[in-house]
Amino acid sequence: MHNFELVKPTTVEEAVAALQGDDAQPLSGGQTLIPTMKQRLAGSEQLVSLTGIASMQGVTISGSTITIGGATTHATVSAEVAATYPALSALAGRIGDPAVRNRGTIGGSVANNDPAACYPSAVLASGATVVTNSREIAADDFFQGMFATDLEEGEIITAVRFPVPEKASYQKFEQPASRFSLVGVFVAKFADGVRVAVTGAGEDGVFRWAEAEAALSANFSAAAVEALDLPSEALITDLHGTAEYRAHLIKVLTKRGVNEAV
Amino acid sequence: MTKITMTVNGKSYSGEVEGRTLLVNFLRETLSLTGTHVGCDTSQCGACTVHVNGQNVKSCTMFAIEADGADVTTVEGIAAPDGTLSTVQQAFQDYHGLQCGFCTPGMIMTATKLLENNPKPTEHEVREYLEGNICRCTGYHNIVKAIMAASGQEVTPVAAAE
Ligand SMILES: Cc1cc2nc3c(=O)[nH]c(=O)nc-3n(C[C@H](O)[C@H](O)[C@H](O)COP(=O)(O)OP(=O)(O)OC[C@H]3O[C@@H](n4cnc5c(N)ncnc54)[C@H](O)[C@@H]3O)c2cc1C
Ligand code: FES
Ligand code: FES
Repeated sequence: MHNFELVKPTTVEEAVAALQGDDAQPLSGGQTLIPTMKQRLAGSEQLVSLTGIASMQGVTISGSTITIGGATTHATVSAEVAATYPALSALAGRIGDPAVRNRGTIGGSVANNDPAACYPSAVLASGATVVTNSREIAADDFFQGMFATDLEEGEIITAVRFPVPEKASYQKFEQPASRFSLVGVFVAKFADGVRVAVTGAGEDGVFRWAEAEAALSANFSAAAVEALDLPSEALITDLHGTAEYRAHLIKVLTKRGVNEAV
Repeated sequence: MTKITMTVNGKSYSGEVEGRTLLVNFLRETLSLTGTHVGCDTSQCGACTVHVNGQNVKSCTMFAIEADGADVTTVEGIAAPDGTLSTVQQAFQDYHGLQCGFCTPGMIMTATKLLENNPKPTEHEVREYLEGNICRCTGYHNIVKAIMAASGQEVTPVAAAE
């Protein structure tokens, strides 16, 4: 790994200032960034650690809104939202393994927007809001394709705000070696309709399955999904599975999600 | 270089590190605590697992500076000061939870943390909790058995342990 300077600010303002530097990048849990830096696929002159910023830690629940600090670990999210948003808790509690969950954070996962990551599906299916140091971004505008987001250079995700659905479920078909999702489907039922977001499958990263949303909003049952046919055109084919296989999994997992939503 | 200080197995240590120095390098190379192993160096295998402020983490995937001021426990800190093995360590010996021993420090650290959080896990919970710890030798059965035994639950003895 190339050497760099690591700074550890204690406020968002200091972190934003430190990121103005020429070649600076945020470091959160490091569970994606450190492995990529070891492979020299990433690297900066300066890393700005977000883990010492108190205002970016923890979960606040008020009414039917959950606000999660950007540097909150997967383990903390899983524990704190278990009663209020069980599907989100289950998602966070199945990311990687216990040691990864003790370091990895929601802000890092959402900013990275790995096409097989779990959190983007929850953010998109919940219609969550990504809060940064300078603005608020709706989930529908935030994800812009594989590893691409609406974040500007030096912009920090300080929190993610979730409306709590009536019922939801995250169904992850795990790729057993990486423990990422081969396909993951997040189904969220709100009073005014159903949202379905799919990860692990789209060539442009996480996406909403509009036909399933329409069918489930009219009739929230697995049978409503049965009649649908998801085209495999824009889906990923790799050594783990073809686009057709992924299309099949999406349908199966969506049905399971509907049946198991809580 | 940055000066950092941390408590490791109850003793305070200071040292100079680069930004890129990983916690595992600091432990092994600066402090000569070589019980913590590097198996994969790609965040997959868990051989490097240590406890930082009471939480199990992969020390190959954390910068040493991030552990500045932290309370760290490594496998060297698990046995009693007189060398008496912990319940988990003794069970690994009794139930043949290791062969080459390379993964063992990480297994012990992970199993110790599991039983702190969940003193009577089911076998399924043990296997799930070990997801981030890879063993190339044992096939896991005796590791799981050792942890079940360490939790005080009934297990069938392994043949050679009679
Ligand atoms: C063995 C293993 C298994 C895993 N399994 C899964 C899995 O099943 N599902 C899953 O979803 N993920 C999985 N992950 C990835 C894990 O969830 C990471 O924690 C996560 O993707 C990145 O979060 P981080 O806090 O570690 O971010 P970092 O690695 O620190 O950062 C990632 C990127 O985001 C940027 N960044 C970080 N924080 C912010 C912020 N607040 N604002 C703006 N930019 C920011 C960084 O500059 C960097 O580019 C796994 C990782 C490992 C090592
Ligand atoms: S050496 Fe750290 S996970 Fe393998
Ligand atoms: S005992 Fe050899 S790797 Fe586990």
